[in-house]
Amino acid sequence: MHVAHLSLADFRNYERAELPLEPGVTALVGPNGQGKTNLVEALGYVASLSSHRVANDAPLVRAGAERAVVRASVVRDGRPLLAEVEINPGRANRARLGRAALPRARELVGTLRTVLFAPEDLALVKGDPEGRRRFADDLLVLLAPRLAGVRAEYDRALKQRNALLRSAGATSAARRGAGPLPGIEVWDHQLAALGADLLSARRYLLARLAPYVARAYDAVAETAPGGTGAGAAAEGGPADVVRLAYRGSLAEHRGEGEEDLSSEAAREAGAAPRDVLAAQLVEAMEQLRRREVERGLTLVGPHRDDVLLSLRGLPARGYASHGESWSYALALRLGAYELLRSEGPGTPSEREPVLVLDDVFAELDARRRSRLAELVAGAEQVLLTAAVPEDVPPQLTGRRVHVRAGALQLPLDGGPAEDAVAGGGPADGASVPEGAADQGSAGDGDGRG
Amino acid sequence: MQDLVEELGRLPGVGPKSAQRIAFHLLASDAEDVQRLATALTEVKRRVRFCEVCGNVAEAERCRICRDDRRDGTVVCVVEEPKDVVAIERTREFRGRYHVLGGAISPIEGVGPDDLRVRELMTRLASGEITELILATDPNLEGEATATYLARLCKPMGLRITRLASGLPVGGDLEYADEVTLGRAFEGRRLLDV
Repeated sequence: MHVAHLSLADFRNYERAELPLEPGVTALVGPNGQGKTNLVEALGYVASLSSHRVANDAPLVRAGAERAVVRASVVRDGRPLLAEVEINPGRANRARLGRAALPRARELVGTLRTVLFAPEDLALVKGDPEGRRRFADDLLVLLAPRLAGVRAEYDRALKQRNALLRSAGATSAARRGAGPLPGIEVWDHQLAALGADLLSARRYLLARLAPYVARAYDAVAETAPGGTGAGAAAEGGPADVVRLAYRGSLAEHRGEGEEDLSSEAAREAGAAPRDVLAAQLVEAMEQLRRREVERGLTLVGPHRDDVLLSLRGLPARGYASHGESWSYALALRLGAYELLRSEGPGTPSEREPVLVLDDVFAELDARRRSRLAELVAGAEQVLLTAAVPEDVPPQLTGRRVHVRAGALQLPLDGGPAEDAVAGGGPADGASVPEGAADQGSAGDGDGRG
Repeated sequence: MQDLVEELGRLPGVGPKSAQRIAFHLLASDAEDVQRLATALTEVKRRVRFCEVCGNVAEAERCRICRDDRRDGTVVCVVEEPKDVVAIERTREFRGRYHVLGGAISPIEGVGPDDLRVRELMTRLASGEITELILATDPNLEGEATATYLARLCKPMGLRITRLASGLPVGGDLEYADEVTLGRAFEGRRLLDV
C-alpha cells in the first residue's frame, strides 16, 4: 500500500496542510521545530490511533482548536480509500472509512499500516519493559485486529480490579486477613480470560517475529559486503546471535523460567492452550491475594511481562554497545516490517506497510546508515524526515519536501511540479483524493521499476 | 438565560450548543407550552419514585408491572436501569417480572455489590416463588462482571440462571459486524434443528 495524500486540520502546528505523496521515497527536510515529525506523527495516528511521541492526545490538537482532523488517502491494490480520524481529546475519537462513519474509531486500525522508525526506538532495547510490551501489542493488533478490543478490555478490567484491591486495602488492616474480598473472584476470571488471550497471542507473535528480527539484525549489523545474510550462513545462522525470549510474570510465579521463542521445539512445547493459561492465572491471583491487597495492584498477567532481547547469549539491555543497541532496535522494526509484508492479513498490496523513518539517520553511524538505506530502498513507499539534506543517505533518491514553520514547499528537486500544494492550496487541492489516486496508481509502476 | 443554558447543558446528551438552541427555542415558545414543560418537570420529581419490590420507576409503592397479576412471578429478569425495562417491554415478548439493580459493579466508580439492589434481590429469591433468573445486564465488561457475580451468588439456590445471548443484530449484514461481536456469535451458535 501507499499513501497518495495526507491532509491535516488543526493538528499540532498545522492549521491546514495538504501533502500529496507518491510511491517511492519522499524526504521531508527542514530545520528542527518546523513540523516534519508532526506530519509523520499524523500519518502514524491514522494507522494506529496513537502517537509515537505522547500518550495523551491533547498536545496533538493545535492550541485554540477543539479537535484535529487527519485524513489519508490510502491506495491498496490500485484503489484509493479515504481514512479519516477526528481527534477529540478527552472524548471518543471519530473515524470514517470512505464515506462511512465507523461505529468505533478502533475499527480504522489496520486500514493503513505503517512501520515507524524513530529516535525513541533505542528505548526498545535500553528502556523499560513497557516499551517492548507496546511494540509487541501494536504489531499484534495489525496482524489480528480483533486483539485491539481484547487489549482495551484487558486494560479496563485491570483498572477495575486494581481499584477493588486498593479499596480493600484501604478499608482496614483487620479486613485484610479476614476472608475473601466481595466480588474479587469475578474480576479474577474476567481478567484471566482476557489475559490468557493476550498472552497466547503475544507468544505466538514473538515466535513468528523472532526469525525475521534475527535476519534483520544480521543484515544491519554484519559486515557481509553487498548481500544480506550471506556472511551469517557461514557462522551457523543469524538466530544464534539474536534471540527473543518471553519473561512472563505467570511463568515466574509458577517457578518456570523464561521462554525461549527462537527455537522451533520451545515454541511448540510452550504453547499452552488459552483455557489452561486462564486457569493458571486465576490460581496465581488466588495465591497472591494477600500481597495484591497490600500493594493495591494486580501482580500477575501480561501487563507485567517483558520480552527479553539477547545478543550472543547476553541480555542486550546492559550488555550491548550503543551501536549494537541501535542495530537491535532497527532489527526489531525491520523484522516487524518483514513479518507484516510476508504474513500479515490481506492481499499482498494490503500487507505492504508504509515505512516511516523519523530522524533516524542522524542517530546512526555511516555504516548502519547506509545498510538501513539499502534495506528500505526497495519498499513501496518510504517517508523520511531529516533536518539537513546531508542526513538523507544517497541510496534514497526521491522527492524532497521542504518544511518550514508549518508550511510545505514541494518539491524542490526532482518530482513533477504540478503536485505542489501548500496550506489552503489552489483549486485542484480540493479534489485531491481522486486526483491523487490517479497519480498514485499511475506512479505505482514507475516507482517500483 | 445563562442559568438556563447551564442547567440544560448538564443533561445527558446535551452539549453547550444544543443547550443554547433549546434555551432560545423556549424563549420563543408560548408561555403555556413552557408552563406545561415546567409542570411536567416538577411533577416527575414529586410523583415518581422507585418500586419497593423491583426498583423500577413507579407512581405507587409498587410499579405497574409488579401489581399486574397476569405477569409470571416465577421468572425475573435482572437489568441495570429502569430504561432497560422500557426497552425489554417494547419487545412484548417477556411476561415475567423485573429486578432493577440501579447500575453495574464498577470498582473504579466505587460501585460494589452493596451499592446495588442485590440484597433486595436475595430477599425476593428467598421467598421461593422465583424459579428462573434472566441476567440482562449490559454486554460490556462491567455488565458481564455483574452477571457473573450474581450467577455465583445465586447458584446454591438451585435456580435456573440464564444470560441474554450476544451476537449478530437481526436484519443487519454479517460483514458489518465487528470482530468481537462476530466472535461472540460464533461462541453462542446454536444447533439448527430442521
